[in-house]
Amino acid sequence: MQTLYDKLWKSHVVQEGSDDTALLYIDRHLVHEVTSPQAFEGLRIAGRRPWRLDSLLAVADHNVPTTERANGISDPLSRLQVDTLDQNCEELGITEFKMNDLRQGIVHVIGPEQGATLPGMTVVCGDSHTSTHGAFACLAFGIGTSEVEHVLATQCLSIKKAKEMQILVDGTLGHGVSAKDIALAIIGKIGTAGAAGYAIEFSGGTVHALSMEGRMTLCNMAIEAGARAGMIAVDDITIEYISGRPFAPKGDLWEKAIAYWRTLRSDEGVKYNQVVKLDAAIIKPQVTWGTSPEMVTTVDGRVPDPLQIADSVKRKDMERALKYMGLAPNTLISEIYLDKIFIGSCTNSRIEDLRAAAEVIKDRHIATNIKLAMVVPGSGLVKLQAEKEGLDKVFRDAGFEWREPGCSMCLAMNDDYLSPEERCASTSNRNFEGRQGPAGRTHLVSPAMAAAAAVAGHFVDVRKIH
Amino acid sequence: MEKFCNFEGLVVPLDRANVDTDAIIPKQFLKSINRSGFGQNLFDEWRYLDHGELGMDVAKRKPNPDFVLNQARYRGAKILLTRTNFGCGSSREHAPWALQDYGFFAIIAPSFADIFLNNSFKVGLLSIVLSESIVDRMFCEVNETEGYCLAVNLEDQMVTTPSGKSYRFDIDSLRKSNLLDGLDEIGLTLQHVEKIKAFEEKHRVEQPWLFK
Repeated sequence: MQTLYDKLWKSHVVQEGSDDTALLYIDRHLVHEVTSPQAFEGLRIAGRRPWRLDSLLAVADHNVPTTERANGISDPLSRLQVDTLDQNCEELGITEFKMNDLRQGIVHVIGPEQGATLPGMTVVCGDSHTSTHGAFACLAFGIGTSEVEHVLATQCLSIKKAKEMQILVDGTLGHGVSAKDIALAIIGKIGTAGAAGYAIEFSGGTVHALSMEGRMTLCNMAIEAGARAGMIAVDDITIEYISGRPFAPKGDLWEKAIAYWRTLRSDEGVKYNQVVKLDAAIIKPQVTWGTSPEMVTTVDGRVPDPLQIADSVKRKDMERALKYMGLAPNTLISEIYLDKIFIGSCTNSRIEDLRAAAEVIKDRHIATNIKLAMVVPGSGLVKLQAEKEGLDKVFRDAGFEWREPGCSMCLAMNDDYLSPEERCASTSNRNFEGRQGPAGRTHLVSPAMAAAAAVAGHFVDVRKIH
Repeated sequence: MEKFCNFEGLVVPLDRANVDTDAIIPKQFLKSINRSGFGQNLFDEWRYLDHGELGMDVAKRKPNPDFVLNQARYRGAKILLTRTNFGCGSSREHAPWALQDYGFFAIIAPSFADIFLNNSFKVGLLSIVLSESIVDRMFCEVNETEGYCLAVNLEDQMVTTPSGKSYRFDIDSLRKSNLLDGLDEIGLTLQHVEKIKAFEEKHRVEQPWLFK
């Protein structure tokens, strides 16, 4: 009997090694501007060429401005990095969606959107949130720059097999509770290192009731639980999502592909190294209060009190986090007031995320204490779709800024960032110190919760206002 | 990659768990398209009181006297001692580049994040996992003893304290031999070029939709 992970692993082994390692063949290599320049340079110095051009898809996302782009990128350092990607792709003949291409967007949004992410693939990218693609029953994981160069040169990676963790979520999610809340609830339960050394398979009725967008959110956050890869078995929803996308197979190949894809599920009764169970019915909207995604509680909760923590390392970390976040112990989450709202990132910038946020703010307006509320769609095509549905108007009427696609304030490499001590409700994935700007304070939430906070000016239970 | 040699080095304690890659090397420095020069911005937001940007002259910046790396007794440290889940967060290899460029040869912690661990070995930085109780003891000893050094022997997989106590650590045999031999991993993989081609052909027949 085999798990989904076993099946994906075995179907890509080129050569077995020692210590549970193997040389694995890589089907899809996604490339962006930040982690690739040194890899291309290494390739050039060694006189090597990319092994397989049709496995590559490149896009600039981290550095791109989300405001008017007609005049290019004003920051010379960002511009150089994006230009370097353009040059490398042109020189080597790599398919790239350039900054002003309608298909440009966050690498983890455009892969699935184009059908460039297909079930059964091994997918890598020099970005930890590559786990996102596991939603399509892919073995997808983030790699460093040395490995980017390795895959460019050899189409393979030497990888150690991970242990397997099943996260089983059953029950019906409450209205206003989303995949993001499931992800944060899991991280709250097992911790940010809880799945280190594991590949996670998310399963159960709740997971398979999620849309592909929701599944991508869940797999995206697997890395925040410490797992390099997260994955979900193929079902009808997977196949329906892929059908007709530009890179997806057509005609006879489509039929052949579907027949294979339907085998991409764990065998009934197979054993995992660890099983974690969650009841979806009791998951409430989640809000992080600290500087690690595991520092999370429910919207009706309070900021914890370090005095209640026995472990001295944990207590010190908590004290440091609360000082950084400017929060007093025992503060009600609903009494935390915000300065900025960010709806975007590879976690929550897809059409369904924008619909969920728009539903909350429709015919409402952001609170007067909110200095900036922004929506950054995950791709040009997501933006276009949202505009067709009139969501841009809903956001603009409510006082939000409607921006161009990119990573934006998730990691603040472009001009979108928090000023020191500004507090943000963010739909992104990391609340680390300085992540959204030096001394900036990030609270991770779902799109619906971010929208609700924008309207109220402070955190509020979206289930109550909606 | 250079060969990893046994060494003895000064230890600096960073008493935090979950030290993430954004803390190790903040994002503004990732705009560099070079592989070197990140050491001066290692732990930038903790190490300096002013905000740093790529290309700034660090000699003109204000170091944070409270940050452990800035304390005179830890100058020239080669080993970073820290807590669980070191290197969590992004896949940026700039994190091990920065640690190595600063002068670190090894990091000791009870656990590391997967991608960081992998990246560290790729660049020849040794990440050593020791149990929480041993790491606790080392934190006490380094705080009490100025000039506290550890000897690291990769062949024997041993860390030895000034008092002569030795602790064995585990490491994958492949990672160990790659470090000791300083081998070009791409070159190693390309020794299997026929196997890769054969696999690719079989894969193309079985799943033709993966190929253009």
